[in-house]
Amino acid sequence: MQVKKIEDYIWEIPVTEKEGMRVPARIIASEKIMKEMDQGVYNQITNVACLPGIQNYAYCMPDGHWGYGFPIGGVAAFDLKEGVISPGGIGFDINCGVRSVRTNLILEELKPKLNELMDTLYRLVPAGVGSTGFVKLNIERFKELMVKGVDWCIQNGYGWEEDRERIEQGGRIPGANPEKVSQKAISRGVDQLGTLGSGNHYLEVQVAQTDRIFHPEAAKLFGIDRPNQIFVMIHCGSRGFGHQIATDYLRIFTEAMRKYNIKVLDKELACAPYNSPEGQDYYGAMVCAANSAFANRQVILHQVREAFSRVFHKDPKDLGMHIVYDVAHNIAKLEEHLVNGEKKKVLVHRKGATRSFGPGHPDVPAFYRSIGQPVIVGGSMETASYLLVGSQRAMEMTMGSTLHGSGRTMSREAAKRKVRGYELMKSMEERGIIVRAVSMPGLAEEAGIAYKNISEVVDAVDCAGISRKVIELRPVGNIKG
Amino acid sequence: MPNFKFLEDIAIADAAFEAYGDTLEELFETCALATFEVMVDTKHVKPKQKEEILIKDLNLDDLLFDFISELVYLKDAQKVFFSKFDLKISKNEEYSLKGTIWGEKIDYKKQEVRRDVKAITYHMLEVKKMDNGWRAQVILDT
Repeated sequence: MQVKKIEDYIWEIPVTEKEGMRVPARIIASEKIMKEMDQGVYNQITNVACLPGIQNYAYCMPDGHWGYGFPIGGVAAFDLKEGVISPGGIGFDINCGVRSVRTNLILEELKPKLNELMDTLYRLVPAGVGSTGFVKLNIERFKELMVKGVDWCIQNGYGWEEDRERIEQGGRIPGANPEKVSQKAISRGVDQLGTLGSGNHYLEVQVAQTDRIFHPEAAKLFGIDRPNQIFVMIHCGSRGFGHQIATDYLRIFTEAMRKYNIKVLDKELACAPYNSPEGQDYYGAMVCAANSAFANRQVILHQVREAFSRVFHKDPKDLGMHIVYDVAHNIAKLEEHLVNGEKKKVLVHRKGATRSFGPGHPDVPAFYRSIGQPVIVGGSMETASYLLVGSQRAMEMTMGSTLHGSGRTMSREAAKRKVRGYELMKSMEERGIIVRAVSMPGLAEEAGIAYKNISEVVDAVDCAGISRKVIELRPVGNIKG
Repeated sequence: MPNFKFLEDIAIADAAFEAYGDTLEELFETCALATFEVMVDTKHVKPKQKEEILIKDLNLDDLLFDFISELVYLKDAQKVFFSKFDLKISKNEEYSLKGTIWGEKIDYKKQEVRRDVKAITYHMLEVKKMDNGWRAQVILDT
């Protein structure tokens, strides 16, 4: 496939490369990442470029790899009249995302209590297949939660008033329609609030690399104010509730495509016009899942605050456990972007990609508006994670989007052959990372060797200018679902 | 012996497998077992409780998609892993899958639990008649 270098870190596949491409595809990557890029990405991102109503480009971020339908790391915006909405462009785990939390603690204070803390977190935050949360919901209350998201949690005592300001879209996206959610989705999700799930989801205790701050002004606003400061990161999504909504609508859309005479190159790209009854129904249901995912991370944070409070015998407020930010990285959002030089409202799909709004954008909380929206990039459990901020260049180049993680390079089976869960746990312990895992084979699958080098992918977006590095966070404790 | 193999080179963050069966029923039963093998060592899942299944579809790809989706749904809604499947597939105007499935409550103490399956995807999904039986290819989101 012909790939042209547009400028450093920006590569383009022209529309002539595949029949049916409506826009070119663009990949953000360094030369090294491009060389090592999974071949499936090229095929998948050009398939996305064929979807009706796509605007500007089909984008792939440097952490991209072969997914289903869209590549992981894929971004595509659609016209609201002529364009589509696609569950495969969002992912089954609707609003899978990451939340970062600061504390007043430093590594030296944490160390003697780390084992006790990890045990307490492990008890308070259920993880793994089939786990259930402590919040008991009936259908009525669950429907209320789908609409109100984090507001529901705050009203019910699972959060602080200030929390909502530090979450993408306040943790409550308008347009939720619980009537468009199936009974199956409800019964799958009703008892899972406050659970981590499994796979690559985790709850991590981290130490900020405060001797190397890349953006001091942003670091200060993130609450980084002492050496070796302790942070917490929560990575999970909407659990079975979101998975079922995606499954239901994928099925509905395979039928709807016949009705609307839409043809796609991969059945997993099944879609419907956004402005159709099916498209609107999915949007309403998808927002229910997105709000429930924000609520899920909120209830988990409530438990994390409780765990820290028990172990350090202090109120979580005295421990300074403020949210830095919370981002969604599997979602479709209604946003305004430049299309052919003019501002236009579009539906941006991000699948394994994060919003990266720049300084001054009205959707960035007032608190952060001078530096841009915080971007949270979760690494593998053995390696660093990063905090970044969005940029004006992302608004111009990638429809306000950037990367989401490090990106997998090795299959789970291959990872399991290379490392054994128990040995990995021991070796991580020797390197100062305490692990509590529900499943040992599951742990081995998530070994650091299965992922791209996170520093390289983060450097690629920093150099491309679509977000700016603020600080690196190193793991010291990990709860693995 | 159920005949399936995990595929490593496609959709690497997820789980892909190919399965074979002499009959369509055997193929679907093997796909069901492979799906639960991703989540648990099914050798230690006893057939203690059962569930009846009925699914109708116009084509075999959709039938497999809906069947696996139903299993994934039941796993969360009932907190059960399934390990034994007895299916009957017939075709009149549409395909009809009818059968009984057996399993046991999820229990980390007794079972070697692996990772969750979120959904079956349509990506590269294929059910195909071969010269000597049937083959399916499935990618699961995990």
